Amino acid sequence: MKSFIEKLNSKYVLQEVVYQRDDLVFAAIKKENAIDAITYLRDYEDFTHLVLMSCVDWIEDGKYQLLYLLHNPILKNDIGIKVYIDRENPEMVSAHHLWKSIWTYQREMHEAFGIVFPGSPRLKENFVVEGWDEIPFMRRDFDTHEYAEKTYFPRGNRKSNDPAEYMRKKLYPSQPVTAKQRKDDK
Amino acid sequence: MINKFLGFTPKKEMLPSQTVTPDTEIDLSSHKYQKIWLGPNHPGVTGNMAVELTVQGNTIMKAQTHVGYLHRGFEKLIERRLFVQGFPTSIRMCVAEPDTNEYFIARATEELSGYADAVPEYANWLRMLSLEMARLQGLLRGVPGQGGTFALGIGVQWGVYLRDLILDRFEELTGARVYHMFIIAGGVRGNLPEGFKARMEDNLRDIDDFIVKIKKLMFHNSIFKTRAKGLAVITPDMVDKFGIVGTNARACGVKRDVRKDNPYLYYDQLDFDPPTATDGDVYARTWIRWQELIQTVDLIRQIMAKMPETGDIRCKMPNVLNWKIPKGETYVRLESGRGEMGMYYVTDGSDKPRRINLRGPSYNHAISVLEHMLIGADVADVHAIMVSLQTCPPEIER
Repeated sequence: MKSFIEKLNSKYVLQEVVYQRDDLVFAAIKKENAIDAITYLRDYEDFTHLVLMSCVDWIEDGKYQLLYLLHNPILKNDIGIKVYIDRENPEMVSAHHLWKSIWTYQREMHEAFGIVFPGSPRLKENFVVEGWDEIPFMRRDFDTHEYAEKTYFPRGNRKSNDPAEYMRKKLYPSQPVTAKQRKDDK
Repeated sequence: MINKFLGFTPKKEMLPSQTVTPDTEIDLSSHKYQKIWLGPNHPGVTGNMAVELTVQGNTIMKAQTHVGYLHRGFEKLIERRLFVQGFPTSIRMCVAEPDTNEYFIARATEELSGYADAVPEYANWLRMLSLEMARLQGLLRGVPGQGGTFALGIGVQWGVYLRDLILDRFEELTGARVYHMFIIAGGVRGNLPEGFKARMEDNLRDIDDFIVKIKKLMFHNSIFKTRAKGLAVITPDMVDKFGIVGTNARACGVKRDVRKDNPYLYYDQLDFDPPTATDGDVYARTWIRWQELIQTVDLIRQIMAKMPETGDIRCKMPNVLNWKIPKGETYVRLESGRGEMGMYYVTDGSDKPRRINLRGPSYNHAISVLEHMLIGADVADVHAIMVSLQTCPPEIER
């Protein structure tokens, strides 16, 4: 795996290479090289199976991290290609020409994070939510608790607890909650 | 020629075109086509999802899967919870085999916090037993369920009874029937009760009888054979293109099984060979699943024979209320009854996960594959195709 990563690094400059397990490596590639590298991995290095496409919101860095996880069924190993894109104007080149399954992921990313993949089929169709007029629901700045409070009718007699504090009281009833713990919970 | 159903000779344009392709142009205003919604609440649909069909006569010209009827935002909710609180939420993401999600979160958190090698051997055997029991109860529903789509309802009733017996064993092992919360970070939650193995062996003997009976009921039945043979064929070149995994891939000759390819737990110590077929149709997929039923029963017997008599059930882990995991990411996978399942797990150094993403086999099987398979199929075969692909909407919506 190491020699293969070095070879890939000489072709496309890799960043943040992490050997997570013997059969799993994560590496970041520049946005403009990403689809090229993925096509190369699929066609020349036998990473023919697209396991997953995912997105992580790094709100503090102002970036979305896209992940293309590819599996090599011959050597039985995986590579996770990470691509950082701008959070304010999220747009990525579509890969729907590479796998028939990828447009579903792109459709989900568009709905859940607001990422645009120009040319991807049925991108604007609803995936799991209908008539959604809030910010995309998987973004870190979307607060589920606040949304539930605002949207749904308040139910009487309903008590809500802070989970960590509730569990601590349940498990260690005699131990007083310290100011530091309260600060940590917040 | 006079059509015996219509009573007159239909014009050529009234008949469905012989070769329907995804590119066939459909003009609804021509009145040659009709839209039918199958689901979201329909006895033949797997779970709550809808398939929007455009038909010409009985032939499906276009199909679109609609999901969202079960969306509760589990992945988002888990981002707001402590690592330990992710367990009860995550298992609700997969109704068919919830134990798989417990394993993912346990394994991912152990790996990212450096406890992967600390889990006791006995606990890992118990994890395997629980995962194989989950596969067995899923197959007891799935295999006769395929017969049910061809009106062989009695098999479903036998299967439900036997599945309940396995749920009884789950109840005495974990205290719950469907959502078990048995596998936790660091090990498992409890030990085998006294006499568990003997009672399980009794149930497995009942299942042995059922395996013979269901073979006669389904595979010796001419209706089942006639309708399932050659229906919805998956070819080997479709496997990577559509992301097809598990029994659906093995039924067309692509031998992929995570238990063999990337062994986890102690699967490399068990003696088994995943069955394969070449036809890739509904019949082949059901046949593979029937063989997996035999294999799973055998695997449970092997696990019970090979596991140590006793041992530690979990290792010492940090206090779950103050457990922080360093920044990192991983992907853990296993072979569920429906194929490869996995979870992408990201941590950021805090006491809550940054992001989790479940990769369920249905994500591709129920959307891109099903929509492709249904084109040109008969309306009466939709349920059979859907069940044969083992679509499960909760793992799409998460």
